[in-house]
Amino acid sequence: MKAPARKPVRDAVREAAIFRARAQTGFLLVCLVFAVLSGRYFYLQVISHDEFITRAEDNRVKYRALAPNRGLIMDRNGVILADNRPAYRLELIPEQVPELDATLAELGELLEISDADIQRFHKLRKARRSFQAVPLKLRLDEAQVARFAVDRHHFPGVDIVPYQTRVYPLGENLAHVVGYVGQLDADDLRSVDSGRYAATSHIGKIGLEQAYENMLHGEVGREKVETNVQGRILRSLDKAPAQPGHNLYLTIDSTLQQLAMASLGDYTGAIVAIEPGSGEVLAMVSQPGYDPNAFVAGLSVADYQALIQSSRRPLFNRALRGGYEPGSTIKPYMALAGLENGIIELDTTMMSRGYFQLPGQPRRYRDWKRGGHGEVDVVKALEESVNVFFFDLASKMGIDAIHAYLDQFGFGRPTGIDLNGEAKGILPSRAWKRATMGEPWYPGETVIAGIGQGFNVTTPLQLAHASAVLAARGESGQPHLVRHVGFEPAAGDADQPVARPVTRISAARADHIEAVIDGMIAVVHGKRGSARAIAADKPPFVMAGKSGTAQVFGLAQDEEYVEDEVPRHLRDHALFVAFAPADQPSIALAVVVEHGGGGSTVAAPIARQLIDAHLGHGTEEIAAQ
Amino acid sequence: MLDLPLVGALVATACFGLVVLYGASGEDSGTVIRQAVRLAMGLTAMTVIACISPHLFRVWAPAFYALGIVLLVMVAFLGEGRGAQRWLDLGFLRFQPSEILKLSLPMMLAWYMHRSSLPPGWRQLLVSLVIVAVPAVLIARQPDLGTAMLVATSGLFVVFLAGLSWRLISFFCVSAMALAPVLWHFMHDYQRGRVLTFLNPESDPLGSGWNIIQSKIAVGSGGLFGKGWMNSTQAHLEFLPERSTDFVLAVLAEEFGLLGVLLLFALYLYIIGRCLWLAGQAKDSFSRLLAGALGLTFFVYVMVNAGMISGLLPVVGVPLPLISYGGTSLISLLTSFGLIMSVYSHRRLLNRY
Repeated sequence: MKAPARKPVRDAVREAAIFRARAQTGFLLVCLVFAVLSGRYFYLQVISHDEFITRAEDNRVKYRALAPNRGLIMDRNGVILADNRPAYRLELIPEQVPELDATLAELGELLEISDADIQRFHKLRKARRSFQAVPLKLRLDEAQVARFAVDRHHFPGVDIVPYQTRVYPLGENLAHVVGYVGQLDADDLRSVDSGRYAATSHIGKIGLEQAYENMLHGEVGREKVETNVQGRILRSLDKAPAQPGHNLYLTIDSTLQQLAMASLGDYTGAIVAIEPGSGEVLAMVSQPGYDPNAFVAGLSVADYQALIQSSRRPLFNRALRGGYEPGSTIKPYMALAGLENGIIELDTTMMSRGYFQLPGQPRRYRDWKRGGHGEVDVVKALEESVNVFFFDLASKMGIDAIHAYLDQFGFGRPTGIDLNGEAKGILPSRAWKRATMGEPWYPGETVIAGIGQGFNVTTPLQLAHASAVLAARGESGQPHLVRHVGFEPAAGDADQPVARPVTRISAARADHIEAVIDGMIAVVHGKRGSARAIAADKPPFVMAGKSGTAQVFGLAQDEEYVEDEVPRHLRDHALFVAFAPADQPSIALAVVVEHGGGGSTVAAPIARQLIDAHLGHGTEEIAAQ
Repeated sequence: MLDLPLVGALVATACFGLVVLYGASGEDSGTVIRQAVRLAMGLTAMTVIACISPHLFRVWAPAFYALGIVLLVMVAFLGEGRGAQRWLDLGFLRFQPSEILKLSLPMMLAWYMHRSSLPPGWRQLLVSLVIVAVPAVLIARQPDLGTAMLVATSGLFVVFLAGLSWRLISFFCVSAMALAPVLWHFMHDYQRGRVLTFLNPESDPLGSGWNIIQSKIAVGSGGLFGKGWMNSTQAHLEFLPERSTDFVLAVLAEEFGLLGVLLLFALYLYIIGRCLWLAGQAKDSFSRLLAGALGLTFFVYVMVNAGMISGLLPVVGVPLPLISYGGTSLISLLTSFGLIMSVYSHRRLLNRY
């Protein structure tokens, strides 16, 4: 080739020749591929024809999916919380039913099938292949089974099939933790591997049943069966049995859970009890509960509407999703923040005169006690819940330091518990206010943040977790409900612990933490402790606690809050956090009683009762109740 | 302007398709009528395109290519579709921009090759690869691996027809094979699943292996002469999935047997041969390369679909040209035949390049 100046001199004839050669090669390859394809079709259609004609005729030989048994759910002592019981259901194989609508009508007369059953059947049918069985009615009673058995030959493609149904023996006590399974619908089938659920009728809809669906479900089995013209199974040719799902062994103590549920009585509210250090959730209650068993059988529209529209909101998991102003329960963390940040010392005192004022501002932030508490140090500030002490502390510390320190306890973000849908609450900061309201932060807001009011929102779970962190002297595992997943209970230390994140507060000095805990002990055991009533009988253990009150509606500055004059639904929420025994706690808990008034009168006795039960103290009295 | 032998073969194949579709759709005349209307629209588009001089396509090739890329990028941000983002909704119509690339990519490459003396060397190969890779990656990310590979293939045919040396071709093939594990790494789980199922369909007979098994049963049970029109038990008992669209060849094979399949193959082979011959008559390399590449791309569609139906290739969503139910692909396909015919009928006008 001679080097061309700019544009190469093109050899049009040569280019055309190159193309023609390539086109011919290409066509040759095309012919070759067609020859291969033709050979393949010849192989399938002529050589293997007999085999395939049998397979096509043999559509009567089918694969039948076998449902796995769902894993059981047990509490920490082996009490069964979710069980399987044998039952019978009516199934149709649409392909084998000659006249579907007529058959459904006849079955309806025979077995009391509701319109809702038929609607669900049609929806489910669309999501499955025509030879796959589709359940029409669950939990047939014995009379229905007998009635159908007599008429069975009238209904080709219809059969009664044994299956396992879910039962929750403790009912509403654990509804918000365990959740429930509901009938698998077409939407579920779109989100799961439909092959794996080919024979399954129920799926976890909420709670642990939902969160651990993958482990509970198990693996589908497969049976190759020979059927006659009507589609009745004549014999099994080959069988790969289903693999049962794993059991869940919970951290929950169902006795404590039931007691906690009962302790709230008529009140709505939530209780969360956690083992400090490990983060194992001992009890998690949201009152009122509901009967999960009703969801398994399928709820009528009217019943469901009643649940949804109830003003008591039984389906709402208050422990996980309820947002409450923490009120004075924030004070121990504020006190520790003040000590750690060097704003106060262990021996710092201040004079409480009953109100606090920001320099140069007329507004008075009042204490709950007229005239004040006098000379107050940090222990006394906690014991008597002295607002002015914390107004002053907060205002000196500033919102940035408050936010930074309280954040370490997990306020304002989900704890990461193994349930779906946890609320994150709000731990206010300058950035948060700017982002959500587009406004700057005002000093007055720092003042009330110091007593857990203003923008603060926490969930009962967060309160319990923060209290567990404090109880464990600054370090506690992520709250969790499942201790172990497997086929047998975990064998203590031999069990491989799941690695979970740990909440750890930085550089907390031991004497600082002990001072705060001393303050909380004084709340219960002190002479002027705000919750001293619950320890009036001098219990054989020391407990630490802190009450709180979450305002439901705001009072004008000069109004007095007189509980008896306020209608119940506007009364303040009562809060109490506690842990015991104070020196080596084995339980930390948060009690929220909605519209219960002051924290120490309603919530604190509940906390005491649960701690008694947990520590094995006063069980006789409880049994007598 | 039209090349009557090619038009005749196309219409014959499409009519065969309508007959098969009637049986495959469960004797639904609505399906057949809708498809016939699309066929008429496609033939009209083909005729219009055939009348336009390829000179115009050459001038507009880069702009057309750029438009396609812009639309693909828009799809990445605004597109809709279940799971995969393939569709663009312009309010008055919805379409897949990847369809545009099926035409504009080979056009762009033909334009590029045309600019310099052939055969292409290293430099042209590298630039071509970039031109191919940009849209291919965008489409693969939608994710639509099948279309991405088809679009890429149409571009590589241009390079092949331009006379890229066999040494570079073999080097390229070896590198591509070496990159296969990398591709595997970037595949979606469902795509990997398809490949694994293809290798062993019996491992999941109720799930993803279902299509392949049922399709092979349909084909195999058809035999030499078939079960007769509208007698496909596999289709009528609904064992066969997507029997009007991607799996229509299985119905054809079951109802018309090996003879029906071979008749269809013969029609396809004639169409491809005719396209390559028409391309060879063109006087400039742009026209030759474009027409030749489009003809070979058509072949790849046939190969992939027929291979998938018979279990030779993994299941990818590629319709059977001129037979499968569906509008967009039919119209873009007939448009490409319009281009090929335009090249042939305007060959004298383009005597000078």
